Amino acid sequence: MKYMDHNVVSSKMKSRLTKNKFFKGLFFAATMFGLIVLAVLLIRIITQGGGYINWDFFMNFASRFPEQAGIKSALIGSIYLMLVVAPVSMFLGVGTAIYLEEYAKQNKMNRFIKVNISNLAGVPSVVFGLLGLTIFVRNFDLGISILAAGFTMSLLILPVIIVASQEAIRAVPRELREASFAMGATKWQTIVRVVLPAAVPGVLTGSILALSRAIGETAPLVVIGIPTILMFTPNHLLDTFTALPMQIFDWTKRPQVAFHDVAAAGIIVLMTLLIIMNSIAVFIRNKYQKRY
Amino acid sequence: MSTKDSNKSISVQEMIAQKSNRGLLSRIEKLVPKILFAIAAMSVLTTIGIVLTLIFETIIFFTRVSPLEFIFGTEWYPFANTTPAYGILPLIVGTLKITGIAVLVAVPIGIATAIFLSEYASERTRRFIKPILEVLAGVPTIVYGFFALTFVTPVLQSIFPQLSIFNALSPGIVVGIMIIPMIASLSEDAMTSVPNAMREGAYALGSTRLEVALKVVLPAATSGIVASTVLAISRAIGETMIVSVAAGSTPGFNWDITGSIQTMTAYIVQVTTGDAGYGTTIYYSIYAVGFTLFLFTLVMNLLAQYISKRFREEY
Amino acid sequence: MATTTTKSVKINNQPIKNEIVEKTSVYKTNQLNLWYGSNHALKNIDLDIKENEVTAIIGPSGCGKSTYIKTLNRMIEIIPTVKTSGEIIYRGRNIFSKDYQVEDLRTKVGMVFQKPNPFPKSIYDNIAYGPRIHGIKNKKILDEIVEKSLRGAAIWDEVKDRLNENAYGLSGGQQQRICIARCLAIEPDVILMDEPTSALDPISTLKVEELVQELKTQYSIIIVTHNMQQAARISDKTAFFLNGEVIEYDDTDKIFSNPSDKRTEDYISGRFG
Repeated sequence: MKYMDHNVVSSKMKSRLTKNKFFKGLFFAATMFGLIVLAVLLIRIITQGGGYINWDFFMNFASRFPEQAGIKSALIGSIYLMLVVAPVSMFLGVGTAIYLEEYAKQNKMNRFIKVNISNLAGVPSVVFGLLGLTIFVRNFDLGISILAAGFTMSLLILPVIIVASQEAIRAVPRELREASFAMGATKWQTIVRVVLPAAVPGVLTGSILALSRAIGETAPLVVIGIPTILMFTPNHLLDTFTALPMQIFDWTKRPQVAFHDVAAAGIIVLMTLLIIMNSIAVFIRNKYQKRY
Repeated sequence: MSTKDSNKSISVQEMIAQKSNRGLLSRIEKLVPKILFAIAAMSVLTTIGIVLTLIFETIIFFTRVSPLEFIFGTEWYPFANTTPAYGILPLIVGTLKITGIAVLVAVPIGIATAIFLSEYASERTRRFIKPILEVLAGVPTIVYGFFALTFVTPVLQSIFPQLSIFNALSPGIVVGIMIIPMIASLSEDAMTSVPNAMREGAYALGSTRLEVALKVVLPAATSGIVASTVLAISRAIGETMIVSVAAGSTPGFNWDITGSIQTMTAYIVQVTTGDAGYGTTIYYSIYAVGFTLFLFTLVMNLLAQYISKRFREEY
Repeated sequence: MATTTTKSVKINNQPIKNEIVEKTSVYKTNQLNLWYGSNHALKNIDLDIKENEVTAIIGPSGCGKSTYIKTLNRMIEIIPTVKTSGEIIYRGRNIFSKDYQVEDLRTKVGMVFQKPNPFPKSIYDNIAYGPRIHGIKNKKILDEIVEKSLRGAAIWDEVKDRLNENAYGLSGGQQQRICIARCLAIEPDVILMDEPTSALDPISTLKVEELVQELKTQYSIIIVTHNMQQAARISDKTAFFLNGEVIEYDDTDKIFSNPSDKRTEDYISGRFG
C-alpha cells in the first residue's frame, strides 16, 4: 500500500510554487517599504529646505523672520557638545571595556555590571535628560551648560561605546597577547602596546557611530532646558548653548509654514553631518577589516 | 648601522637588568585594575543615579499628590488653576496608542523584511539593503517628528478628513517606521543563525522556499524574533520627539486615534519646554511620570533578555 | 654604552667546555604535577635539561608535551584552572617560588609558538618590542638590536629593505622567523619552541630547522615536535612523553636507535600516535 501518491503531489506542487512566488513578492515589497520611506523623507526634506541653504543660513543667528533665520549658534553649539562627549564617553567606554574583557573575573559584581550595561542601553533618552537635569544642572551646579549636556549625552551613549569596544578588544587574537607575555611584558604593557593598537579601528568605528547618535539626540537637551533662541556662540564649557536638533525642534513647532522650510534646511545640515560621520566610520571599518 | 658588532661588550640582558623597573611596573599592575574598575563602576553609578533621582523626586511628588490618585486617576489636568488632576492613566493610554499602532506597522513589515533578507535575497542584494536599513535606523527622531507632522499627517488627512493636525495615527505610524530596522535586523540575525542543515533537510524533501521559511526557519527563530519585538516595543514606549512634535498635548482616557493625545514622554517635554518653576508640583510630576516610563521600559528590557536567554535554541 | 668590562658575565657566550665535563643544567624539573581542573595532565615529571643543547620533546597529541613546555615559562598560568605541585629549578631558582617575578623569568626564557604570531606592526616594531618594554629606548641601540636579531634569525637579507612594512605582509615561514628574531632581540638564555614548524611548508620548515642548529651554539633550545624525523634531525636529547608521563629521556641517537622502553619503540616505529 502506498501512502504517497506522486501524481497528487505533482499537481499540488504548482500551486505551492505559485504561493511561494506570491509571498516572495510580498516580502520584497515589505523590504522596499523602508527604502521608499527613506527616499521620500530625503526628497521631501531636500525640496523643502534646499532653498534656504546658503551662506547666510550658516552665518545668521536665530530670528523671528524665517528668511533671516540661521543656524550659526546651533551648529557651533553641536560641535562644542561633541568636543565634550567624544573624550568623556570614549574614556569611560574604552576603560570599562578593558576592565570587562581583560580584568573582570566571573563573579557576581561583574555579571551585575554587564547586565546593568545592557539595561542602561534600553533606558529612554528622555529619562537620561531627567538625570542630567537633576545631577549635572542642579546638584553639580553646572547650570544649563555645554558641560552638563555633554556629560548627560556621554552617559547616554556609554553603553553603545562599551559594547563596540568590547567586541573590538575580543577580536584581538589570543596569540598576540601570548606573544607579548612570553617576552616578559606585564599585563598592562600588553594591553597598551598590543591589544589597544589592534583594537583601535573597531573602537573608533563604534564610537563614531555612537557620536552620530548623540549629535541628533534631542530629548535630553530639551529636558535639561537648553534654550532655542540664542544670539551668541558659547565661549567656554560652562556657557549656555543651543544645538542643531534643538533648533530644528523649535522651528518645527512654530505655526508658520515658512519656519517648517527653515527646519528642513536645518535637517539637511544635520543629516549631512551624520552622513559624513557614518562615512568615516564605514571607511575605517573597511580599511582595517580582516587583518588577522 | 654597523654590521659587525656582535661582540659588543654589553649584552641586551644586562641593559635590561640596568633599566629594570620591576617595582614601578608591579605597582602599575596593581593600580590599573582598580582604576579600571572605578571607570566600569560609572555605568552602575549612572543606573543608581537614575533610579535614586526618580525615586527621591517622586516621593516629594507623592507628598503632594496621593499615589492612589496618580495610579488610578483617569484625568490628567496638571495645568488647571483651581483643581489640578494627576491621574496618569490618560498618559499611559496615549503611550499605548502610539505603541500599538507602531507595533501593527513594524512587526509585519520588519519580520517580512527579515525573511526576505535571510531566505530570499542574494548576497549582493543583502549588502545593498542592509546599510540602507542602518541609515533608516540612524535618522534622528526629531527628523522623523518633522516628517510625521509635515508630510504623513497631511497625506493621512487627505484620506481621512476627520483627522486633526495632532493625532495618534500619524506619529504611531512613523514610530513604527523608526523601529522597523530594529525588528528586521535582530530577527534576521535570529534567522541566519538557524543552521543550514535544517533548511537542507526540508529542501531535500521537496519543500518550497516559502515552506522552509515559514515552517522551518521561523519556528526555530521564534525566541529571537519575539525578543526583538519586545525590545522594539520598549523603544516605542520611550520615543519622545516624534510624539512631542506630532501627537499633540491633550491627554485623554479613550481609544480615539484621530484626535490630539499626549504620551508620558511628551508630557515631560511639554513641562521642561514650558515655564513651570523649580519646586512646583508640576515640576515634581515629571519625575513621577519619568519613573513610570522607566518601569515600563525596564520590564520590557528584562522580558526581552529573559526570552532570548530562556528560549535560546541550542543547535 | 660602550664600556668594555671584562667582568660582565656573558650568558650567551659561555666558553665551550670540554666534552668530558658534565654540562651545566638550565632546567631541573623535580616531581612536577599539573592539573587542569580535575584532569591530571602532567604526572611526576623529572627532567634535567642541559645548556647549549637542543632538547626535543616528542609524544602523541594529548601527551602533555605542550603543557610541559608552557610550564617552563609559566605561560600555562593564563589558564585560570591550572594547579601545579613539585618544582622547576631554572638556573638554581624554583620558578614557582613566591618571590619569582614571572616577567623576569620570561625575559630570560623566550618562546616561539605553533602558529606564527607577529604583532600587526612593522617588522622593526615587532623586533624592537621586547627591548622597548624592558626600557631600552635609544634609537641607535634599537637599530643594532633589530639588525642583529634579524641576522640571527637568518631573515635580514629578505627584509632589510622593508623594515617599516607590516609583518603581516610576509609569508608564513618568514613570519615565523620574524617571531624567532623577536625572541632573540632580548637575548634570552633559553628558547622554548612549541611545534614551531607545524604551520609551515616543507621549505620553510627546513629553514627553521637549519636555524635551530645555528642557534644552539648560543642558546639552550627546548623544542616540542610531533614530527619524529625532525626530532632525530635537530636534537641532542629527546624526551618521550606519554599520557602525562616521561617514558624515556636520553641522547637522541640512543632513543632512535636503541630505545630502552617498549612504548618508546612502538611510538618511534609508528605503531601508534
